Amino acid sequence: MTGALKDATAIVGIGETRFARQLAEPEKTLACRAVLAALDDAGISPAEVDAFASYTMEETDEVEVAKAIGAGDVTFFSKVGYGGGGSCATVAHLAAAVATGQATVGVAWRSRKRGSGPRPWTNTAVQLPTPAQWTRPHGLLRPADEIGMLARRYMHEYGATRDHLFNVALACRNRANQNPAAIMYERPLTREMYMTSRWISEPLCLFDNCLETDGALACVVVGAERARDCRRPPVYVHSAAQGLPAQHHGMVNYWNDDPLTGPAWTAARHLWKRADFGPDDVDVAQIYDAFTALVPLSLEGYGFCGRGEGAAFTEGGALEIGGRLPLNTGGGGLSEAYVHGFNLITEGVKQLRGTSTAQVPGAATCLVTAGEGVPTSALLLRS
Amino acid sequence: MLEPVTDEDGAPFWAYAARGELRVQGCARCGELRFPPRPCCPHCQSFDDEWRLMSGRGRVWSYVVPHPPLLPAYAALAPRYNVAVVELADAPRIRLVGNVVAAPGAPIDSVDPARLRIGAPVRVSFDGALPRWVPERS
Ligand SMILES: [Zn+2]
Repeated sequence: MTGALKDATAIVGIGETRFARQLAEPEKTLACRAVLAALDDAGISPAEVDAFASYTMEETDEVEVAKAIGAGDVTFFSKVGYGGGGSCATVAHLAAAVATGQATVGVAWRSRKRGSGPRPWTNTAVQLPTPAQWTRPHGLLRPADEIGMLARRYMHEYGATRDHLFNVALACRNRANQNPAAIMYERPLTREMYMTSRWISEPLCLFDNCLETDGALACVVVGAERARDCRRPPVYVHSAAQGLPAQHHGMVNYWNDDPLTGPAWTAARHLWKRADFGPDDVDVAQIYDAFTALVPLSLEGYGFCGRGEGAAFTEGGALEIGGRLPLNTGGGGLSEAYVHGFNLITEGVKQLRGTSTAQVPGAATCLVTAGEGVPTSALLLRS
Repeated sequence: MLEPVTDEDGAPFWAYAARGELRVQGCARCGELRFPPRPCCPHCQSFDDEWRLMSGRGRVWSYVVPHPPLLPAYAALAPRYNVAVVELADAPRIRLVGNVVAAPGAPIDSVDPARLRIGAPVRVSFDGALPRWVPERS
């Protein structure tokens, strides 16, 4: 069955609500809007949906969405754990279900009110699931603190600097400045703003952190044959992978032999093994950017450069349009919206349809990744 | 401040720490150390463990200086407190998260964060059951 998933399914519809720091509607309503928008984009009736996938952190469950939109009998549903690590896996699970005949029309979605809702880490009562007994009592409280620890070690080991992290923040912001839907549309970032901004967890400053956003997104997955009859050009799921590395400990990874090689490396090995092309053939990348420091680590993990070379890779405009690897062309989690990385998937689809607001001319292949630092997932999409 | 929520696997670590001993779980069959604690050995799958006494010496592997917004008790100490990952001298792949403090019993904001360095030698001390790390003269 090797390669059975390759190009067997395609994303044929995408839908998004508005992104804002605060939206009035509840998460469930936003979820339904995004799902219906994606089905409309595909030209597929809600009654045909028979598969759902989302994140375990999604608060609206598939029963509610199916009922609300008028889905028919559902024969496959799946939820993926580990927060932003689950984004690409939702599509991967649907692709596997459709490719193996368990379903015919799948919808993946994420709805989130992180901008106006509570931050999970502010609730003392949920601060200490047992894996956190080794970190949180010492005041290592938030993802920014946990990833900041890896960032400082990375900077120490490889001579990476804040200017390298700025390159990442700037590329995302520049793309958001081209995207009217982005929260940071028309809000340019300068090096001075970056260097003088407040700290969140040294060595990470305000602009190294993703946005806090309300919004919802969805996409529709069908078999390749069906895809040819849909409204939009199909975007094929070429390869997909999840990654939970040996001896991984969520968010921190400090107890691996090598904490700077995280879940990205594990996912990448499987992703490329199943693909007809390699990192050099990727036209545009959507790399999970809850924190800027995750990008150089992911560039290494997914094989765009060697170990320790991820920071240097960002130099010379490599991540900008026209550069070696245009990155997060909608603005990413740093500057478009942070909806647990789902906007990276929809942006990948827009690039391969040729409809991005920061279009890479002729883009035919796109890597999309989910959260690095936690059990993760990734997709290779092709037109 | 948050107190550790211990589970059955982690309880021995905290019980030893409360007595001022830094002990790490090891396999009674193949001898490999492991952290965090768990029911069985990832190398040989044995369920027999032993808690090995460490010298308490280590080096700073990395550190952060958190700034608000933080939980209130931590926000009150920020941005003067640090959180470090310390690599144990006896077992470099065993790393512990903790705070570097000026002296045994000193508060977690007692070291100027500007003085912290990756690679700096530190020695364990205990504040209740919480291991803390005191700089050593190298
Ligand atoms: Zn063993």
